[in-house]
Amino acid sequence: MVVVEGVRFAYPPLSPEVPAPWVIDGLELTVRAGEWLAVMGASDSGKTTLCLLLAGLAPHLTGGEMTGRVVIAGRDTRHHPPPALADTVGLLFQEPEAQLFNPTVEAEVAWGLENLGLPPAEIRARVDEMLALLGLDLVRYRAPGQLSGGEKKRLAIAAVLAMRPALLVLDEPMGGLDPAGRAQVLAALSDLRHRDSATIVMTESDPEAVALFADRMVVLGEGRVALAGKPRDLFLQLDRLSALGVATPQMARLATALNRRLGTDFDFLTVDEAKTALGECLG
Amino acid sequence: MAEWILEASELWFGYEEHQPILRGVTLRVPAGQFVALVGANGSGKTTLLKQFNGLLRPQRGQVRVAGQDVAQRSVGEMARQVGYLFQHPEQQIFSPTVWQEVAFGPRNLGLPSSEVEDRVREALARFGLNGVARLPPAVLGYGVRRRVTLASLAAMDPPILVLDEPTVGLDDAGLRETMAWIGERHAVGRTIVFATHEMDLVAEYAERVLVLHEGQIAADGPPADLFRQKELLSRASLIPPPVVLLAEALRPYGLQGEGLSVDALCDEVVALVERRS
Repeated sequence: MVVVEGVRFAYPPLSPEVPAPWVIDGLELTVRAGEWLAVMGASDSGKTTLCLLLAGLAPHLTGGEMTGRVVIAGRDTRHHPPPALADTVGLLFQEPEAQLFNPTVEAEVAWGLENLGLPPAEIRARVDEMLALLGLDLVRYRAPGQLSGGEKKRLAIAAVLAMRPALLVLDEPMGGLDPAGRAQVLAALSDLRHRDSATIVMTESDPEAVALFADRMVVLGEGRVALAGKPRDLFLQLDRLSALGVATPQMARLATALNRRLGTDFDFLTVDEAKTALGECLG
Repeated sequence: MAEWILEASELWFGYEEHQPILRGVTLRVPAGQFVALVGANGSGKTTLLKQFNGLLRPQRGQVRVAGQDVAQRSVGEMARQVGYLFQHPEQQIFSPTVWQEVAFGPRNLGLPSSEVEDRVREALARFGLNGVARLPPAVLGYGVRRRVTLASLAAMDPPILVLDEPTVGLDDAGLRETMAWIGERHAVGRTIVFATHEMDLVAEYAERVLVLHEGQIAADGPPADLFRQKELLSRASLIPPPVVLLAEALRPYGLQGEGLSVDALCDEVVALVERRS
């Protein structure tokens, strides 16, 4: 679904004398169809830029300099600018304000569907489904500007998911949400992924969410892939992740601390796994 | 010295008529306490915090800071006592360079310029900002701008810190650095009130947690007490951190303790294993 080959990217320089740094600097990445990939990394490691590259917004909208290629479902983003990718890629920006502009919540979700040229009955059905799934029923006639931060975020997610893109690119989808809101978004993503067999690339700083849901994760450092693998294999490497500025699940830290103290070899990442493992040990 | 450094009594506030966000909030914080304020998105955490530095004023009821009614005082006067960290650095930063941004507060305190310089230099060093002191804040990344706002507070060193989601958008290193600084301020006697959605931080750092729900303080006590109130947690959209959930699940095996941090739970599990062998 996604192939990123030898990509370097720099935003346009702030002044002509100072060359802009390579924000992405030799990135190699492939994502299989149907995979849920989490992208982690310190601030300024290139996570948001990677999202913009996958949607073709970089370099088409941002300008700047790019080498290498990004291929989405067989289409090179150099030759297929964002409108030509819109039927395949759905992008969620980190700040929901960046993508909300319709007069009502309902219209916001319907807007993309109208642009796809779907019949009105289909649009109504998808809008109802998304508003229910993300808990926005009660605010459907409100203006997006009047919503709370968490509601805005969920609305932006609903609008992207309603389009059922084959590739979902989500930049910090849980950022700023309360714990219940995070659970709601993860459940919605999980549902749709199974139903529509969507591919998900999500930057995320909450390691608990990554441990529960992602098939695979990559950690970016200095604009390239510093570590890649299954969450279980990576999250137990606490020191390497910490050096890359990445948070680790509490359960992974507990497993590591217990192994050190008790000589055990726990590898749990979630509360349920820890319950089972410790239950057997204590039972 | 007032007995309570922060007080709200029957505080009502709304942005629009007939839509009160705060519906009779009453709370008292003694000097030196480390308090977390939690609640769902839209529950009014920011609206409440802004009452404590005069950015918003009560429509009914009263707010007192160090014993004085905020209604009688200007935002400038209150800035000497209350350091306020906005949720987004954009809301806070307005000076043309990082140096000037950090110097703004101490200058307004009327300190001699050598003292202002010392404070700025110390704060920039503390947050690793020496390299960007002459740059405009707008060109810096989010995490760096967040550090600029923290350095501004550090240079003021007010007795009360009111922090609105201080760790949002920070990477792990930034989060640990921020919490370490807040912990240091608490250790030297400053009063801390911070709003957050991160229950692991609440469990690990707060002495007391206030739950804002439907415009009122729905729970008030140590974090471990809150995490036992399942019905309230669910109503207020709160979920205890993984360590606390695991500690609960291990209680039937004889685990003692609340599991408020990874280190604490590790000690508790090790003690349990040793007792049983």
